[in-house]
Amino acid sequence: MSDHEYIPKSKFGKWFNDRLPLLSLASHLTDYPTPKNLNYWWTFGGILTFCLITQIVTGLTLAMHYIAHADLAFESVEHIMRDVNYGWLIRYIHANGASMFFLAVYIHIFRSLFYGSYKSPREIIWIIGIIIYLLMMAAAFMGYVLPWGQMSFWGATVITNLFSAIPLVGEGIVNWLWGGYSVDNPTLTRFFTLHYLIPFLILGLVVLHIWALHIPGNNNPVGIDVKKPSKDTVPFHPYIVIKDAFALLMFTIVFAFFVFYSPNILGHADNYIEANPMVTPAHIVPEWYLLPFYAILRSVPDKLMGVVAMLSAILILAALPWLDTSKIRSAVFRPLYKQFYWILLVDVLVLGYVGAMPAEGLYLLIARVATAYYFIHFLIILPVLGFKEKTIPLPLSITEPVLGGFPNAAIVKEKKV
Amino acid sequence: MRNIFKTSYLIILLLVGTHEVNAAEKVKLLKTDWSFKGLFGKFDRGSLQRGYQVYTEVCSSCHSMKYVSYRNLFEPGGPEFTEDQAKAIAASFEVTDGPNNDGEMFLRPAKLSDKFVMPFENVKAAQAANGGAYPPDMSVLAKARSGGVDYIYSVLLGYEDPPSGIMLDNGVYYNKYMYGNNIKMSEPLSDGSVEYSDGTIASKEQMAKDVTTFLMWAAEPHLESRHKMGFKAILYLIILTILVYFSMKKIWSRIESEV
Repeated sequence: MSDHEYIPKSKFGKWFNDRLPLLSLASHLTDYPTPKNLNYWWTFGGILTFCLITQIVTGLTLAMHYIAHADLAFESVEHIMRDVNYGWLIRYIHANGASMFFLAVYIHIFRSLFYGSYKSPREIIWIIGIIIYLLMMAAAFMGYVLPWGQMSFWGATVITNLFSAIPLVGEGIVNWLWGGYSVDNPTLTRFFTLHYLIPFLILGLVVLHIWALHIPGNNNPVGIDVKKPSKDTVPFHPYIVIKDAFALLMFTIVFAFFVFYSPNILGHADNYIEANPMVTPAHIVPEWYLLPFYAILRSVPDKLMGVVAMLSAILILAALPWLDTSKIRSAVFRPLYKQFYWILLVDVLVLGYVGAMPAEGLYLLIARVATAYYFIHFLIILPVLGFKEKTIPLPLSITEPVLGGFPNAAIVKEKKV
Repeated sequence: MRNIFKTSYLIILLLVGTHEVNAAEKVKLLKTDWSFKGLFGKFDRGSLQRGYQVYTEVCSSCHSMKYVSYRNLFEPGGPEFTEDQAKAIAASFEVTDGPNNDGEMFLRPAKLSDKFVMPFENVKAAQAANGGAYPPDMSVLAKARSGGVDYIYSVLLGYEDPPSGIMLDNGVYYNKYMYGNNIKMSEPLSDGSVEYSDGTIASKEQMAKDVTTFLMWAAEPHLESRHKMGFKAILYLIILTILVYFSMKKIWSRIESEV
């Protein structure tokens, strides 16, 4: 934290701060110089922090009433919905909160992809983010198992069975995960334990994520380095705080609509049927936010290769700072990359769509093409583009116009970037 | 700003859209106007009370409702019988309690705190009595079928003679809206199956609508308070958002003048 030295005014404050510099930290956080041209896509970091805290608080409350037992879990959820004071509210916030969390994280990730926020010197922020994302998926998956409905049970069966694709030790690993020879009570209790643990791991990683962010400072829509502090930056408080608060409120309005007016639309009806190992649902589908990866998994005919493809699809993101060879961060100055970016976005949405459909016929074909394109984007297009693409000249700063150059401040001001 | 609205709108549309596509069945479900849909949706008390009557007189001989308690019958937001009525309803059922001081189990009339008494001791007993099919518990049924209340309403009214060429086993019936079109429940409702005390004519459609409304309440007993609270919460959020928006504009005006 390279800011100027902070000296508390009060004697006690100074005494305390010399021993534990919490006040210095608070001062750093309020004064933190932020590029002033950040647009609303940058507010999702704050929104995600809100989502995490919401999930933790509602989750703790639910855990006080939930019973992690195969015979009692479903009933205890109904008990929460009916008899616990405002239990329905807490559970619906938690269940829809997971979806909102993923909605926000996908926007956050795609913002990073558009503006090249993963590039040097922000690789570590990006990689920590990918780990957080992986943990989020694990937490969400295990959380979905806890109500012990039909989708919980069969989703858990399908996903844990993926590990059986590992040669030689696969079966053993699956039995070890289950704590037995099928998904049953031991699976439920360990999933509950891990579901309780993971959010706190995420919380720790979020602290690292923000710490790593505060070393180079925020990227910005223009994608050039800004001097800090300077005319290009504003102190985090009050400028960014109020803007984040506004965006967060907009987000909570959408959130509230789901919670109060269609709390079950993002879930699957079958999960209101108690788990029954003897009856398999007609279609086993994961939650919407896992669908693109589910589509990739199913598009490969071989089970092991399917699992490898699915995992690579996520892990490939960690290598992104080195796969993207362009030195220019923002897509605003990369006319070709910008187009490929939108194609990738559509590709992922298509994968999500076919992931929800039965893996047959035309759907399977589309899934295969979309899967192939996903990897082509990261493994071929991005590395090549860095060398071939003719980029638009960068402005010198985010506020000052380049002498006679293009683009200039007028464009920045018009919020075209 | 505009773009954000547009994009988030598109995303939500897409989310909901894919879901709708998922849920969409080949057969179009019957629709009726449900009083509990919409921002201010409330249950129709009369319909809930009649629905309870249909449930007790028709459904409950096979279908349990094990998560609903007798006390729920007089709680606000539900059928809102009087407490005495609910007590009388409970007392007309017998539950096994115990063990008493002699170590014996005994029967006693149900109390408000008891859950609805189940028609069968367990799933096996229910299957044995119903030709191998388990009549599903009705507590959350309205949420446990895609299509929800429309689906249940449609199934109740969807009994038909099978199209020519389709042979049905004994004890299997043809239903236009049931998944797979085969249902092991014989047509439960026919005009006049029950006699409503409030003078409503007990047509098949009326009973189907009433009992489905009752099932929706059973599945979502706090629906009314959810809608009420939702309206207040969202109104509050919108006002706060507007205030914060203007504060933001004011604070940022100091900066933008410099640019």
